[in-house]
Amino acid sequence: MSASPTAVQDEAGRVSLTARRFPILYVQAVSVSFDGFQALDNLNLNIQDGGIHCIIGPNGAGKTTLLDVITGKTRADAGTVFYKPLGSISQLSEAQIARGGIGRKFQRPTVFENHSVFENLEMALKCDKGLRHSLFATLRPEERERIQEVLGIIGLGDQAGRLAGGLAHGQKQWLEIGMLLAQEPQMLLLDEPVAGMTPAEIEHTIGLLHSLAASRTVVVVEHDMEFVHSIAQRVTVLHEGRVIADGDMDQVQSHPKVIEVYLGDQ
Amino acid sequence: MLARLMAMHSRRAWLAFALAALVALVVVPALNLAVPAGLPLRLPDYLVPLLGKFLCYALVALAMDMVWGFTGILSLGHGVFFALGGYAMGMHLMRVMSGEGHYRSQLPDFMVFLNWQELPWFWQGLDQFWLAALVILLLPGCAALVFGFFAFRSRIKGVYFSIITQATTFALMLLFFRNETGLGGNNGLTDFKRLLGFSLSTPATKLGLYLTTALVLLLSYLACRYIVTSKLGRLLRAIRDGESRLLFLGYDVLRYKLFVWTFSAFLCGIAGALYVPQVGIINPSELHPANSIEMAIWVAVGGRGSLVGGVLGAFLVNGAKSWFTVAWPELWLFFLAALFIGTTMFLPRGLAGLKDLLPRARRGDTTEVTR
Repeated sequence: MSASPTAVQDEAGRVSLTARRFPILYVQAVSVSFDGFQALDNLNLNIQDGGIHCIIGPNGAGKTTLLDVITGKTRADAGTVFYKPLGSISQLSEAQIARGGIGRKFQRPTVFENHSVFENLEMALKCDKGLRHSLFATLRPEERERIQEVLGIIGLGDQAGRLAGGLAHGQKQWLEIGMLLAQEPQMLLLDEPVAGMTPAEIEHTIGLLHSLAASRTVVVVEHDMEFVHSIAQRVTVLHEGRVIADGDMDQVQSHPKVIEVYLGDQ
Repeated sequence: MLARLMAMHSRRAWLAFALAALVALVVVPALNLAVPAGLPLRLPDYLVPLLGKFLCYALVALAMDMVWGFTGILSLGHGVFFALGGYAMGMHLMRVMSGEGHYRSQLPDFMVFLNWQELPWFWQGLDQFWLAALVILLLPGCAALVFGFFAFRSRIKGVYFSIITQATTFALMLLFFRNETGLGGNNGLTDFKRLLGFSLSTPATKLGLYLTTALVLLLSYLACRYIVTSKLGRLLRAIRDGESRLLFLGYDVLRYKLFVWTFSAFLCGIAGALYVPQVGIINPSELHPANSIEMAIWVAVGGRGSLVGGVLGAFLVNGAKSWFTVAWPELWLFFLAALFIGTTMFLPRGLAGLKDLLPRARRGDTTEVTR
């Protein structure tokens, strides 16, 4: 199932004649340690283009560190991350990676509380992110329409002028997803998107994720197994900085190592 | 473009701006020139350079507000940029009076006193106004660009950044105090005679300098206002509230911070250059950390993130300072401390925050009624 690093490299080079789908991202032999703690240990992972890919694992398994490495927040001590549109992204800055089409949603909702809902989306909107453009350009009509469209999708159409800080917790989460939509990433990384949500909000979020995944790759880091079950097309299990299982939900759940790790933890 | 410019302010705010411009550019000169001496409404000559000085401080407050109020970068070393602009102007003023000093030498007096035989390299050419102006416009900004690049690239933030800026201004103060630095040491540069051929001691020149400063302040205010109402302004506030989030939206935060930091230093340098001919002296005390801290207090008192607040704060605090240091000099620092603690505790949004209290109270009333 999980290809060896060399096989993966070949696959990308030949633009996949054999593979069902070719990977949009592969993480090759990445290691990260903090003060002697091995957060990621020679980790290999590939993420296929399209669909929802869940990364699960107990606390401290390295899930968030993995997202940090992919998005450029943390530099890997060894190994490389390849992202199809850009090639190797291990040396790029957060902003470059984000502009290259990898969007990220953090664990805590991080919207700009002192900006209105509309302004939050305006800042996220895919456009020239350069200084001069920001200083002189004003929103074009089609950009304004796009923001309205996103407002509709996330169900905040009547809250556009409201300060984001005044929104309910779940609404902030949706606004953040809306910002990611406006950013139009090819790949979307979500860190525990339903943490702290009510069952009704989770239901709405599942719907949002499915519509998101229709046109892009969605990677979800989560430890709520039930939620993972309801969305994932492919699951990777991390433990102590390594991949211990990779496949569809049923394969993973019946994997003896996974059972051991999850039951052993409790 | 015109529509964009008009949208910087509401109709009422434009009216207020026009009124302020009228007072600064017409009413004040008229009270000084047209009202005969002796009448109570007459603005005495000695007050003109004092107002001019306050306008320079107001320009500094604008610059501080851009970096602190909007972007969340608290500089406690903005005196550096002010002093760089001021010294550049001071050097020019010294050079255009060469031969007229106490020693009748081609060199500035302090160099004769130190027994120097020739002009140091960095004094060369400053007798030309255009070169001095170029230095004033470029040097503070370039210094800020270099400093900011290293500080922001290393992601130095918050109190650490503030401490480094403070240490920088202190170190420069020690450097400028030394006679060997070649900038007049302890005494600084003073005894200026004229600027662009106009004698600095005549009331007309003083009024001219005041008017120039007022005009620069008004234009700078509009430039700042344009920036903060653009998308860039919204991004600056976003840097203040969640810098890392902005990185993941694809913005090069470093460039944005460098832009506002350099722009702020640029304004500060101009303020320093306008300050020196009106006050008649520039010395290393301008680099004292306390001066830079006071600049932050003007903005805190006036209200961060409102532009107008900083201008008001600069006038209020310095007006109070002028009055106190004459009436009760020993009480001034106590008053300053009380003012700072008072605004921090009771008016976290400063004087500009007061403006919002009234309409909000009214709005509160109407919701009560509709309920």
